[in-house]
Amino acid sequence: MHEWALAESVIKTVLKVAEENSIDKVTEVRIRIGEMQQLEHDVFKSALLCLKPDELKDAEFIVEIAKTKLRCGVCNHEWLFQKEGFEEDVLESIHFLPEVSHAYIKCPICGSPDFEIIEGRGIWVESVKGVRGSDRP
Amino acid sequence: MIDPRVSIIQDRVGDINRIIAVTSGKGGVGKSLLASTLALLLARRGRSTGLFDLDFTSPSTHFILGVRETWPIEDKGIIPPLIHGLRYMSVVYYSKNRAMPLRGIEFSNAFIELFSVIKWGSLDFLIVDMPPGIGDAMLDLIRFVKRAEFLIVTTSSPLAFETVRKLISMLNELEAPILGVVENMKMEGSVVKQEVLRLGVNFLGEIPYDPVVENSLGNVCELLKTAFANSVNKIIEKME
Repeated sequence: MHEWALAESVIKTVLKVAEENSIDKVTEVRIRIGEMQQLEHDVFKSALLCLKPDELKDAEFIVEIAKTKLRCGVCNHEWLFQKEGFEEDVLESIHFLPEVSHAYIKCPICGSPDFEIIEGRGIWVESVKGVRGSDRP
Repeated sequence: MIDPRVSIIQDRVGDINRIIAVTSGKGGVGKSLLASTLALLLARRGRSTGLFDLDFTSPSTHFILGVRETWPIEDKGIIPPLIHGLRYMSVVYYSKNRAMPLRGIEFSNAFIELFSVIKWGSLDFLIVDMPPGIGDAMLDLIRFVKRAEFLIVTTSSPLAFETVRKLISMLNELEAPILGVVENMKMEGSVVKQEVLRLGVNFLGEIPYDPVVENSLGNVCELLKTAFANSVNKIIEKME
């Protein structure tokens, strides 16, 4: 499950953000995951909990799924990625590497494979909230 | 909004002793064949070696190695399968060898994704087969992986070498280490070696044109018996 590998990167990033911003106690981390990546939500959250070091013991991880929006480079048509209609092995390939969608998806209007993923591609740490040492009474 | 994947890349390549990016100014100079043969010969010398095909839109090392019916292993990340003694990774596992057009930002996203989830483990060498030219792959490798050494492949053609000049100049400007230049399909009267030395770059060796090497594509045992592989073996002496 590469959910673990991505969870590891989130933990590392949160620790870095906390250090750079002198946050002593992280209380909330908001993460957005693009629908196209089809991460197993439970596996990802479980990985976050297992990998969470003591420094983040008070942190709540909030994971939101973002719709994946695509835009055709030829006719500018915008549409949402939907899993329906794809073979299981194709979905698994897109799960591992969303960019391989270019091998399988075409614009539903003009048929061009020249599209871009304009929203909801992968994984983002949206915010890290916490308490700074200087904030404490 | 922070992309968390970037933060883990250094950890993922942390146990790799040397990362050698096989690159060129132009396509068609034999870069993928050299990268594949180099990786195979290093593995034959007992060096733990990986081969990563970074030419996402035109991968070919799977064809050279005759890769069939293997799949990366999922274990809290992606572990490249062992093929002919190499840890091998290519996007063909996911694109199923279909054409995969990628624009710049999407190349970078795929680059970051793969470097952040692939667990290479401990390696003496990771050989990276680069797409030709000064583009996303080269810039991303320097920016995110940081410590790759560049092995430049050229032919004797002035057209190919002209692009190598620009490549050397750009790598120098970016302070990226250049391992040296290899001249493939060497022709009589070539001045590549003198030109490379004049630019202050190491000349790693030459590979004469081998008219039968293409007969061995897909058959690693035959590939390693070729005059081409014999020449690459001599180049390794200068690299190590």
